[in-house]
Amino acid sequence: MVDIPFDTTAGVAPAEVAEVELYHPRSWWTRYVFSQDAKVIAIQYSITAMSIGMVALVLSWLMRLQLGFPGTFSFIDPNQYLQFITMHGMIMVIYLLTALFLGGFGNYLIPLMVGARDMVFPYVNMLSYWVYLLAVLVLTATFFVPGGPTGAGWTLYPPQAILSGTPGQDWGIALMLASLILFIIGFTMGGLNYVVTVLQARTRGMTLMRMPLTVWGIFTATVMALLAFPALFVASVMLLLDRLLGTSFFMPALVEMGQLSKYGGGSPILFQHLFWFFGHPEVYIVALPAFGIISDLISVHARKNIFGYRMMVWAIVGIGALSFVVWAHHMYVSGMHPYFGFFFATTTLIIAIPTAIKVYNWVLTLWRGDIHLTVPMLFALAFIITFVNGGLTGLFLGNVVVDVPLSDTMFVVAHFHMVMGIAPIMAVFGGIYHWYPKVTGRMLDDVLGKFHFWVSFLGAYAVFFPMHYLGLLGMPRRYHDIGETSFIPASAHDLNAFMSVAALIVGFAQLVFLFNLIWSLFKGKESGGNPWGAASLEWQTPETPPGHGNWGKELPIVYRWAYDYSVPGAARDFVPQNEPPAGLLAQGAHP
Amino acid sequence: MAGIAAIAGWWLSQQRLGAKPWLEEGVIVDFREGTPSLPPAKIGLGVFLAVVGSLFALFISAYSMRMNMVDWRALPVPRLLWFNTGVLVTSSIALQWAHMAARRNDLDGVIIGLCAGGASALIFLVGQLLAWRQLSLTGYFVTSNPANSFFYLITAVHGLHLIGGLVALGRTIAKVWRGAEMTQVRLSVELCAIYWHFLLLVWLVLLALLTGWTDNFVDICRQLFT
Repeated sequence: MVDIPFDTTAGVAPAEVAEVELYHPRSWWTRYVFSQDAKVIAIQYSITAMSIGMVALVLSWLMRLQLGFPGTFSFIDPNQYLQFITMHGMIMVIYLLTALFLGGFGNYLIPLMVGARDMVFPYVNMLSYWVYLLAVLVLTATFFVPGGPTGAGWTLYPPQAILSGTPGQDWGIALMLASLILFIIGFTMGGLNYVVTVLQARTRGMTLMRMPLTVWGIFTATVMALLAFPALFVASVMLLLDRLLGTSFFMPALVEMGQLSKYGGGSPILFQHLFWFFGHPEVYIVALPAFGIISDLISVHARKNIFGYRMMVWAIVGIGALSFVVWAHHMYVSGMHPYFGFFFATTTLIIAIPTAIKVYNWVLTLWRGDIHLTVPMLFALAFIITFVNGGLTGLFLGNVVVDVPLSDTMFVVAHFHMVMGIAPIMAVFGGIYHWYPKVTGRMLDDVLGKFHFWVSFLGAYAVFFPMHYLGLLGMPRRYHDIGETSFIPASAHDLNAFMSVAALIVGFAQLVFLFNLIWSLFKGKESGGNPWGAASLEWQTPETPPGHGNWGKELPIVYRWAYDYSVPGAARDFVPQNEPPAGLLAQGAHP
Repeated sequence: MAGIAAIAGWWLSQQRLGAKPWLEEGVIVDFREGTPSLPPAKIGLGVFLAVVGSLFALFISAYSMRMNMVDWRALPVPRLLWFNTGVLVTSSIALQWAHMAARRNDLDGVIIGLCAGGASALIFLVGQLLAWRQLSLTGYFVTSNPANSFFYLITAVHGLHLIGGLVALGRTIAKVWRGAEMTQVRLSVELCAIYWHFLLLVWLVLLALLTGWTDNFVDICRQLFT
């Protein structure tokens, strides 16, 4: 050991961090339904998010059927196709990924990983879930209103979003905006909790620089979301007023169905600025928790400390800050000033630096590690590969001259599915396989898990890798039917059919995963408290699954960082965060 | 936004981010333990105000981007707004009074301060509604010009935040009424006072924007960007 600026042998009393007043459930209802326990809320969030995610998955099947076999399925007309696209994108980005990472993983892991009994404002936390559920219900309702859900594309650009001719112009768009507003209100309540819990409720010895990277990722993403979602809120409110009251915030004067519309003078570009000021940070709101989760998975399953912990933290914070000054790279074709484009291209490329630092550090963590190819590890490796892949095409698209010809082609679709579709979902799956034993006390089935992994991973590449080529050929996105063109050869249609078949297979593999989740809950192998031999605090709870209040009588004391794996001379190949140093153990301290 | 970035940067710089956790084994005396720690509710309010602040900052940027288009016809600001501003200032002062009274353990002072603050906030809201009515009577409807739309929207959002604050204030008054402990009362009153001062500040900025005082400033900013 190197010199340490503080005394390692002095004993300390158990944590006396101001304890949160715990609420105690009195009935079945308050224990499982209107619960204020972050762990129950986390599971509620996850189940809701995954259920609505299944809807989005089915929508993607329908889209792929139409794209792969145009003209075969008469029940998918152009309007419906647009509605499927819109709802698929909106659900996946906001209602599934954001809610699952922050509401699901955040609620479960933050209190356990920082050694708290619960979130600091449990009641607000409960409200957050119920408002989120309401938002999801309003969203689902749009499928059943006259005119159906909106078909404006997930970006909801005015003026077309609220003009006749776009499907869902009556009810769909209004309910969609209302649902977004609700989501943001619900999220703000949850987000306040995550931030204040990380700041205030850490146990004794848990300094910020001893927190697992998962907490760092979720924390930074939450701060970003709290600052970015207001932009979407402002845009939604103003667009809703345009739609309902006929104001002209975003709507220019135009001729609609041969008649001059009632609107005049609004600025659609203003909407784009507001939307993307939210939209770009949103990419990292989804990516940063994934980064954190992957760092932890790799370290645990390669039995090695994370390489460059400090750099990882700085990179997370740096990415978070930079992501607020790149939004206009989504708007290169909106006719912006060339200097603006130059500025945003530069900032976009600068983000590659902290991101690359993270990728190098993951790879260096793996270097000469004792790699266990468990299912979580497989998903973590798949994440790294996929993220690098999507990140590289991001460098192409970040340059104005390359983006202009490629914009609105399938290349863009392939890019963002790789980088913020497949990659974060891989992190989600990896995280679920990793923490499921802590949540339920049972392991997920390994054979089914490996099947799920290989089909999902190879299948996703079969879908999205060829899509880059289609994009380079110039195949546009959001088209119901390409029809006869001079620049798209017949072979491209065969490729489309192949991708559609692959997409269906990948979809069915997710059903195997759902089956595994439910089956293992009852029949899975008993896992014990710490099946992976992990050092971070959530694996050291006295009970598994953790009981109410997480820790027994006393909060744990943290003596080290979360990555002490394969320490030379240590008895086991990992040292839990709450294990006292040797000097203290001799004095009779107990872990 | 720059302000938030500055606060975040300052906070980060205080957090020993240069620590090398892999070398440090043993108990670290947490910097939190040396200083009297802030109650979580206060930090929560601070974070919430940052969110509200960025919400209004975005409304203001949307406003200033929109106002230089040709069809913008600034609307005459009703005189009533000046009266309303005065009332809101009174409200803020009353809550500050309540806060100081709570520190002195002066229960009557707290109740008077809270009630006066709440009442004047209500008068402010009624005043805002009257201002809307005056405008619509003189033909400035929500949809007739973007300037009008923005005026109604921004004042409505500010009013809604104030209503939210009034709910919290009502709960605080109820708490005092039931005779809760002074330490708890003190915190609630302080939080209300902070929220009120923040909304007053936001209102002053909005007023400057709506009356056109800041037009030159906005112009300068725009020049810088183009």
